[in-house]
Amino acid sequence: MIMIFGIPGPLLFGQLLLGLINGAFYAMLSLGLAVIFGMLNIINFAHGALFMMGAFCSWMLLNYLGIGYFPALILAPLIIGAFGIVLEKTLISRLYKLDHLYGLLLTFGLALVIEGLFRNAYGSSGLPYRIPQVLTGATDLGFMFMPNYRGWVVLCAAVVCFATWAIIEKTSLGATLRAATENAPLVQAFGVNVPRLITLTYGGGIALAAFAGVLAAPIYSVNPNMGTNFINTVFAVVVIGGMGSILGSIVTGFALGVVEGLTKVFYPQASATVVFVVMVIILLTRPRGLFGKAA
Amino acid sequence: MLEIKGLNAWYGESHILHGVDFNVQEGEVVTLLGRNGAGKTTTMKSIMGLVGRREGSVKFRGQELADKMPNQIARAGIAFCPEERGIFGSLSVTENLMLPPIVAPGGLTVDEIYAMFPNLKERARTAHGTRLSGGEQQMLAIGRILRTGAKMLLLDEPTEGLAPVIVQQIGRTIREIKKRGFTVLLVEQNFRFAATVADRHYVMEHGKVVDMIPNRELEANMGKLHDYLGV
Ligand SMILES: Nc1ncnc2c1ncn2[C@@H]1O[C@H](COP(=O)(O)OP(=O)(O)OP(=O)(O)O)[C@@H](O)[C@H]1O
Ligand SMILES: [Mg+2]
Repeated sequence: MIMIFGIPGPLLFGQLLLGLINGAFYAMLSLGLAVIFGMLNIINFAHGALFMMGAFCSWMLLNYLGIGYFPALILAPLIIGAFGIVLEKTLISRLYKLDHLYGLLLTFGLALVIEGLFRNAYGSSGLPYRIPQVLTGATDLGFMFMPNYRGWVVLCAAVVCFATWAIIEKTSLGATLRAATENAPLVQAFGVNVPRLITLTYGGGIALAAFAGVLAAPIYSVNPNMGTNFINTVFAVVVIGGMGSILGSIVTGFALGVVEGLTKVFYPQASATVVFVVMVIILLTRPRGLFGKAA
Repeated sequence: MLEIKGLNAWYGESHILHGVDFNVQEGEVVTLLGRNGAGKTTTMKSIMGLVGRREGSVKFRGQELADKMPNQIARAGIAFCPEERGIFGSLSVTENLMLPPIVAPGGLTVDEIYAMFPNLKERARTAHGTRLSGGEQQMLAIGRILRTGAKMLLLDEPTEGLAPVIVQQIGRTIREIKKRGFTVLLVEQNFRFAATVADRHYVMEHGKVVDMIPNRELEANMGKLHDYLGV
């Protein structure tokens, strides 16, 4: 057996892959948070709950309507994204004139309400969601066996993160978004319907969370707390990457997943806290985050 | 073309404009002169719907705009170049130029804008608009609204803090776009510059228009103007 730093190769690579999977979810979730924070100036505490709703949505589509995984990968983000748009229009948009704190409190409250409702309806033990047939099994990579579904998750996350980055950095819609993030009134005075752009941005960020939720459904059991479990780490990722930084949230998301995975191999006791230790170090040495712009 | 009547504006609790009245005819270049804090910028922002609260009438081509959102006002055909220029640092020079949506046909093409501002063409590939010099930023801020097809331009102190050659270039630009049929409302501190481009001048004091001087009578009114502007 190959040994690396005294660790059996398969164990190391296995943990690396697990780290990469977690990192994929961190990246997708913190990316949505970053986009929303940039446009709405709101830290969306409901993000984890909407991620969870994405997973539940795919479970419901399957169990109530017989709609399978692949259609759900498209449908659930659309449905939950639309729900996000309703939330923004009816509740969140009322708070833009107030201090950021209100947005934080509102979305935090929303998260508790949503999770509570799902707990009432479905309990908290978790519902199974099976890996689609074509993605079952594993592939021999030579140095390790990779479960196909895990590879698929990493691939999907990478594609979606790249696409989001490209839309924001390389298209004219993205240029309008960036400009509105800097100076929304001026962009509106050029003739852009900024309130609508804000609504769609929120919907887009939520759709990303829901997409991650569908990907997560077969890996983690579909349960009302699955968002909460992730979201604490995701907020740390956002702080480390730099509030509102698109590239920062993607890179930091994947990187911290890997760091967590490696910590599990070399010093398992610290694996649950290593992300927060990194966060503290970053906050002390570079408060604006690794990729954040100077204020 | 643009008719302002009894315009009042507030920032929060502070009442800044107290019944501003003036008009701009199609094809004219008209200035708003006045001391610091007289309310010139606030007047422009009120026309664009960018102040907290406004009252009174802003009629553009007969259409009432005082109750409209900034994006609707822009779509009606008014373009605004703010005092602080509003160049976006997270956008490249080209992205800044292409940012304002086309609101009507008949705007300048990118090539025509580059012909007017050759510096911009050289700097087109600059990744951050804010890396440009002050003069280049001003050219970009003017250039990008010429593309939109809006025929009424609000320019807030386009010459502020710029070198004399660039001021001259901006003067030429204003005369050129006037020839092309644009209508311009110009805020200026520098009335010598204003005299080289404008048809009429309005003088503002304490949130009101207190006087109107046609450009050809400017010489005769120099004494009065010095008093108004405190120069
Ligand atoms: N955002 C704001 N909030 C509160 N008061 C403001 C704000 N902006 C301007 N004011 C006040 O409104 C008054 C008019 O300001 P305005 O900017 O319209 O003047 P101005 O004529 O453009 O002056 P300048 O020549 O210095 O640009 C000033 O007393 C200013 O202090
Ligand atoms: Mg001003």
